Amino acid sequence: MSWLTQTLSSSIGKKLVMALTGLFLCTFLIVHLVGNLQVFKSDEGLAFNSYTVFMTTNPFIKTISWGLYAMILLHAIDGLYLAYVNRRARGSVGYKRFDNQSSWASRNMAILGTVLFLFIVVHMANFWYSYNFGEVPYKRYTVDLTEGRLLNTEVMPEDYRLSTKMEQSLNEEGTAKTVIVKDLFSRVERTFSNPLVVLFYLLGVAALAYHMAHGFWSAFQTVGLNHPKYTPLIQGIGLWIFGILIPVIFAAMPVYIFFRNAM
Amino acid sequence: MDANANMHLTLNVWRQRNNSTEGGFVTYEVSDVSPDMSFLEMLDVLNERLVHEGKEPIAFDHDCREGICGSCSMYINGRPHGPLKGVATCQLHMRSFKSGDTIAIEPWRAVAFPVIKDLVTDRTAFDRIIASGGFVSVNTGNARDANSIPVRKENADDAFMAASCIGCGACVAACKNSSAMLFVSAKISQLALLPQGQTERKIRAEKMVAQMDSEGFGACSNTGACSAECPKEISLDTIARTNREYLGAKMTSSAV
Repeated sequence: MSWLTQTLSSSIGKKLVMALTGLFLCTFLIVHLVGNLQVFKSDEGLAFNSYTVFMTTNPFIKTISWGLYAMILLHAIDGLYLAYVNRRARGSVGYKRFDNQSSWASRNMAILGTVLFLFIVVHMANFWYSYNFGEVPYKRYTVDLTEGRLLNTEVMPEDYRLSTKMEQSLNEEGTAKTVIVKDLFSRVERTFSNPLVVLFYLLGVAALAYHMAHGFWSAFQTVGLNHPKYTPLIQGIGLWIFGILIPVIFAAMPVYIFFRNAM
Repeated sequence: MDANANMHLTLNVWRQRNNSTEGGFVTYEVSDVSPDMSFLEMLDVLNERLVHEGKEPIAFDHDCREGICGSCSMYINGRPHGPLKGVATCQLHMRSFKSGDTIAIEPWRAVAFPVIKDLVTDRTAFDRIIASGGFVSVNTGNARDANSIPVRKENADDAFMAASCIGCGACVAACKNSSAMLFVSAKISQLALLPQGQTERKIRAEKMVAQMDSEGFGACSNTGACSAECPKEISLDTIARTNREYLGAKMTSSAV
């Protein structure tokens, strides 16, 4: 297998690792965005909380999520190592004047990536840690099944615990459903009531936007996919979808919740 | 202002005795610079003055002075070969500047291109990369009859485009990572596109990339600064092709 380690430790091989892990993270970004759209629902967090239970109990998704953590670490470590090697290649004496003919994002991928990594750590401390290891209260929702309407909600006492994250039951007539579920949504609302946290999330999303505006296209170039037939499309998707649309929707989430709570 | 009037310039030039001493910027005032002079001629005039004053002239690489040899190599006002696109330093003329301008002149900066003296850097790393595989081993003989070896028009055009690389090193100088990918990719592309290059196609990609890495050049991060500054405007497509050539060779070559 020496050819494989040789390949992966070459400059192009290290870039291949960046490209493949990066593209995997891009697919995660879409799933994460679509799932998190539940925060825009006006159902006091029922859909969001049910979705959270699904994402943290489904064995397939649990397996993928461990792969995802590994990919994030691999992307970060390989990226920082490349940044170190690349910086070293310039030598101890740099240019006095350096008017580089390239985009700002393309020159600052390592800095943007570092901001993103810090963002991910804070983001996981805010929600992933408290959901899995912290104290998240339960909430009871009663839903009218004939109309699909939320009848009432009740925050369970602090010390209320279930053996599972969610329990559902029907009433005798089968017209209403009671759901008792771990209320991560209350965490989301509480976290985004702090304007400083909202600003930090906007900073993270801005870093994401610039990182993607260069990174998406760059990954395809690194794996050798460059052709007049499809490269403009790849660059367009990288800029408009991953660089603008997805970050804007992500940015809207903390902003929307902040103002909805403040109103 | 009369466009033909002579110009007055302030030059901040990197002076360095040799590789083992530290260098620094020295400021020179030059007058009577004709806008029709090339950048190198302007330095020739300054050097003549320095010699008359009994001072050490500024060392810089130059040879053909017609934009095809790749010798001239100066980082002018923050850009390799100066402000123009698709132009080597020798083809840059003083009309591209204004009288009263201050011009910073620095050598290429890369660990793989150590400074020999002043603005002259040691670019033999490029020679070693070419020697590692940038050639066709057998003698291909005299020019054949037209069409005796069929080559697609598109391949001929792309190969010619890639072959126009003059090996000046502006790509390395411009790259924030001091990466030599554009230079290496130009040569790999040129030979991969032509029938004569097929026999050694895989081993060439493997060896040239390995040599490039061992010389201490950085990795490509697709910023595009190399292609933007290349005096021959070699395209980034060649880098994508080299990624394909290298990864494909590594997956399929007989070198296990």
